[in-house]
Amino acid sequence: MFAFIVSRILQALPVLLSVALISFAMFAYVGDPVAIMLGQDYTQAQRDALVAELGLDRPFWVQFATFIGNAAQGEFGLSYRLSRPVADLIAERAPATLELAFTAAVLALLVGVPMGVYTGLYRNSWLSRFFLTFSLIGVSLPTFLIGILLILVFAVWLGWLPSFGRGDTVRLGAWTTGFLTVSGLKALVLPAITLGLFQLTLIMRLVRAEMLEVLRADYIKFARARGLPNRAVHFGHALKNTLVPVITIVGLQLGAIIAFAIVTETVFQWPGMGLLFIQSVGAADIPVMSAYLLLISLVFVTINLIVDLLYYAVDPRLRIGRGKGGH
Amino acid sequence: MAETLRRFFDSDLWFSFTRSPVTVLSAIVAAICILGAVFAPWIAPHNPFDLASLNLIDAFKPPAWTEEGARDYVLGTDDQGRDVLSAIMYGARVSLLVGISATVFATLLGVSLGLLAGYVGGAIDSLLMRICDIQLTFPSILVALLVDGVVRAVLPREVHADIALFVVIFAIGISEWPKFARTVRGSTLVERNKEYVQAARVIGVPKARIMVSHVLPNVIGPVLVVATLNLGLAILSEATLSFLGVGVPPTQPSLGTLIRIGNDFLFSGEWWITIFPGVALIAMVLSVNLLGDWLRDALNPKLR
Amino acid sequence: MRKLLMAAALGLALGAGMVEARTVRWSASGDPNTMDPHSQNLGTVTMVLQQIYDPLIQRTQDLGLAPGLATRWEQVEPNRWRFWLREGVKFHEGQDFTAEDVVFSITRAQAPTSNYGIFVDTIDRAVQAEPFVVDVITRVPDPILPNKIASVFIMSRAWSEQHNATRPQNTRAREEMHTVRATNGTGAFRLQTREPDVRTILVRNNDWWGWQEPASREGNVTEIIYRPISSDATRIAALLSGEIDFVLDPPLQDLNRLRAAQGIRVLEGPEVRTIFLAMDVHRDELLYSDVRGRNPLRDLRVRQALYQAIDIQAIHRTTMRGQSVVTGTFFPPQVNGYVQEEDVRLPYDQARARALLAEAGYPNGFGITLDCPNNRYINDEQICQAIVAMWARVGVRAQLNAMPLNLFFPKIQRDDSSIYLLGWGVPTLDALYSFQSLLRSRDGGQGNGIWNYGRYSNPRMDQLIDIMVNQSGEARNNAIREALRIYREDVPHIPLHHQMIPWAMRSNFQIPHMANNQPYFRWARMN
Repeated sequence: MFAFIVSRILQALPVLLSVALISFAMFAYVGDPVAIMLGQDYTQAQRDALVAELGLDRPFWVQFATFIGNAAQGEFGLSYRLSRPVADLIAERAPATLELAFTAAVLALLVGVPMGVYTGLYRNSWLSRFFLTFSLIGVSLPTFLIGILLILVFAVWLGWLPSFGRGDTVRLGAWTTGFLTVSGLKALVLPAITLGLFQLTLIMRLVRAEMLEVLRADYIKFARARGLPNRAVHFGHALKNTLVPVITIVGLQLGAIIAFAIVTETVFQWPGMGLLFIQSVGAADIPVMSAYLLLISLVFVTINLIVDLLYYAVDPRLRIGRGKGGH
Repeated sequence: MAETLRRFFDSDLWFSFTRSPVTVLSAIVAAICILGAVFAPWIAPHNPFDLASLNLIDAFKPPAWTEEGARDYVLGTDDQGRDVLSAIMYGARVSLLVGISATVFATLLGVSLGLLAGYVGGAIDSLLMRICDIQLTFPSILVALLVDGVVRAVLPREVHADIALFVVIFAIGISEWPKFARTVRGSTLVERNKEYVQAARVIGVPKARIMVSHVLPNVIGPVLVVATLNLGLAILSEATLSFLGVGVPPTQPSLGTLIRIGNDFLFSGEWWITIFPGVALIAMVLSVNLLGDWLRDALNPKLR
Repeated sequence: MRKLLMAAALGLALGAGMVEARTVRWSASGDPNTMDPHSQNLGTVTMVLQQIYDPLIQRTQDLGLAPGLATRWEQVEPNRWRFWLREGVKFHEGQDFTAEDVVFSITRAQAPTSNYGIFVDTIDRAVQAEPFVVDVITRVPDPILPNKIASVFIMSRAWSEQHNATRPQNTRAREEMHTVRATNGTGAFRLQTREPDVRTILVRNNDWWGWQEPASREGNVTEIIYRPISSDATRIAALLSGEIDFVLDPPLQDLNRLRAAQGIRVLEGPEVRTIFLAMDVHRDELLYSDVRGRNPLRDLRVRQALYQAIDIQAIHRTTMRGQSVVTGTFFPPQVNGYVQEEDVRLPYDQARARALLAEAGYPNGFGITLDCPNNRYINDEQICQAIVAMWARVGVRAQLNAMPLNLFFPKIQRDDSSIYLLGWGVPTLDALYSFQSLLRSRDGGQGNGIWNYGRYSNPRMDQLIDIMVNQSGEARNNAIREALRIYREDVPHIPLHHQMIPWAMRSNFQIPHMANNQPYFRWARMN
């Protein structure tokens, strides 16, 4: 077990390093941070001095090594745009993104799994057909369109829900939460639906497919033959066996949720990391962008690691070797 | 040729197609989208790229059936006086071009690497599958954003403007290849151990030839399904990138670009500028997805 | 327990004298990128800081000058301005306001890291003459110094020294600077909460010296919550649903809907900012054109043709939805030196434009790249698109290169453009600021031609600008008048319009509309 974890972590390191290289290389030459910092009026001498002091005139690899060294200590320098430590900016915004992602994931699970089970069991009922059509629309509608339409209907026409921001937040130590106020909860509804819809349909279709596979399996037929009631067969045997791939996908989708949060946060002006990222791209704010990308890849690598470990714990066959092709 | 056609119409595939009205409908919608896009230069009522034909006087005309609409502009005009219908046809052309090219690119890359991994095995297999694993943990849209960003950063602005379309195709293609590689590798592993392949190997047929002429034809079915399902996704990825402002250049607006531009006018009453491109995008993606679903079910008799 | 009682008693005592709590929630697209008063000369920064910090001289509601921290001022010698300071003023953290603070703040604005250099460009030094009198010594006689000093905020010297902030925010510093997120002014409001990009909360400073001034006596706002919302549609949706009370920059396309909406009021007024096209009239061959071996833009006829091909009324009506003032010159009537008779456009005439092009040797037009910002001025990219289409109709094949301002400004500042769209605001409200920056030959003199990226150069124009710098009275006015005529004849720019700036608010909120696009909440009322 320990050796397995160590080997996984060792495999993750080169990934992080290459992402670091990419994110650094990617943003090292975009935009012109110097001009942004200097504003509208400056002389060439002021400009050269600033370039030199920021180290932007040093060789690429030297800049990169400095970058890695600092990043390892959580030090990403000052945001060019806001002149505040990047680590602080990200720490301030992380709660917003995480609460949104968490709510969206819970929503997707709570609605997606029952819908998947239902459509798997009652393949030909009209409700199943409705769910399936609905899920196809969910997959076909781009996130940004869903967000815009929700705002149009629920915020502008009906005026029920707020269209932007997090509402009032409560500070709990370093964390700010919107879960404890009415306006915070109301503000969460539309973005969470927007973000969770795609995952919801995905989970539903996945659960359905797994249910169909499992219901055809011999041991189910056997269980039926033994005269077990439908209920016991469906929920005791079938659902239990569909859960492994569902857990995996949901785990992996947590990453997707955080990535798609970029779009959702942009549409709803949700003050999270995704919005920070997009705003930083617009201002060529290199330190923030690098930090965000490194952080995101760290999150993904961690999620992947945990999913691997879960697999390992759940499926004994994997302990012999992972020769089997992907799902 | 006629023989092939006859065989096609006699096939199970055609039969199941005609049996499903939803599938037929989506095929028709998809056909309209594709034909409208492909023949846009000949059948579109206006050419939105001919600047000399634009007139600011014609801007913000609502659709023809409304009170202030003009017969000339069926779906209205945008802020520069461009005909929305024509802009959609030209835009769908760009969206389709990017979607199809990206999918073809991803397919070629994924199939070759998947075949290689599955048939050769060993270290190459582990390496390729490890890369797949890693990349699959990143959502494809994020990968596309990243790749697009890298290329943008590397290329000077003027050069980038000329090849931006290819950059987007490349970025989306790169973000989708692992699915194909996984699928093909899985099927290849199965095929590899079948007797005819073993036999071919015993009589000394070269590896490359076995892969291409024996294994490949037998894995093409699943690839077709993945490709169809992927086309809708690729079109959506392009739309999202363009909506965020990092997709195709504004001189060649895709449906995503049109939606982004129109979004500014959504609440001000000029809804047609964004709604119609949005509807076109959804129709296109939905019909392609439905066809993909049907194809998957039809080719996988277990599910019938 | 005793503490609690005391606090309660104190609360009661304070409550008795206090205005009822009135909160204003407002929004604009951008967030200030610093709270340092001398670091960034940007409207988005000033719109928050001018609530907190006072300058020596304030702006009135029609942008005139009024006493601020100085009660009066006088040019006692050609090179010396004297300011008499207000006594008994305290900073938000309790420090007394003194002449030392004024000397310190002016010196701080002169520092290399300051972005306010243009407002103190003629100043040699500031010295304390008497306990509450400060002299500002200029290198050349500067008749418009008070106009410039009205943009320099006064900080506490003791506080700045205590927090290591004696120079404006140094972006090179590894550590975060205190002034980036903390403030200590003398103004009507003090900073309570600052979360960049999320919200900024100011609360009323009941001790402000100015509450007794007639203009602000009616002001009843006690708390200001600012939230930046960059998406146009979202910002407007928030205003309509009552989540915010006031939007500084409503998008033009939403104005009609806002005007029609229940409980929403739109204030309209001109801004002191002019939009025009400037072009490379210097190089022998353009960088971005298909004409080889010569520069078509050096030919007056070509400049006139491009000018006359533009249907400015159509842009005014459709692209700007009526929210612009079409102009033939490059600064608006609010600016000192404006002459009505010189504000005349070349008429829109496509036939004439084609004829001029043919005459100049381009019967089939030519190709050129138009550089344009896409997030700086109102509908900037749409204006450029419209112009490109209009030029296409006279045969000029322009390619539009629209980009965000952080790419656009460095590009034009490298002289790396053949023709570009620029908007020019005049914070000093004096014509010299525009002439000197935009049209003076670049000869290394401070401020000369620093925004003249087309490198227009006319010796007579330079002479006239030098007169504007050094002389006053009738001689100066005549120089401005002649320079404006040369501007019309030479066509160094293609003028388009002055921007209009609509503000939108809920009808229970009142605030005077300002041509510098700055909301002054001290004058605002919330009912």
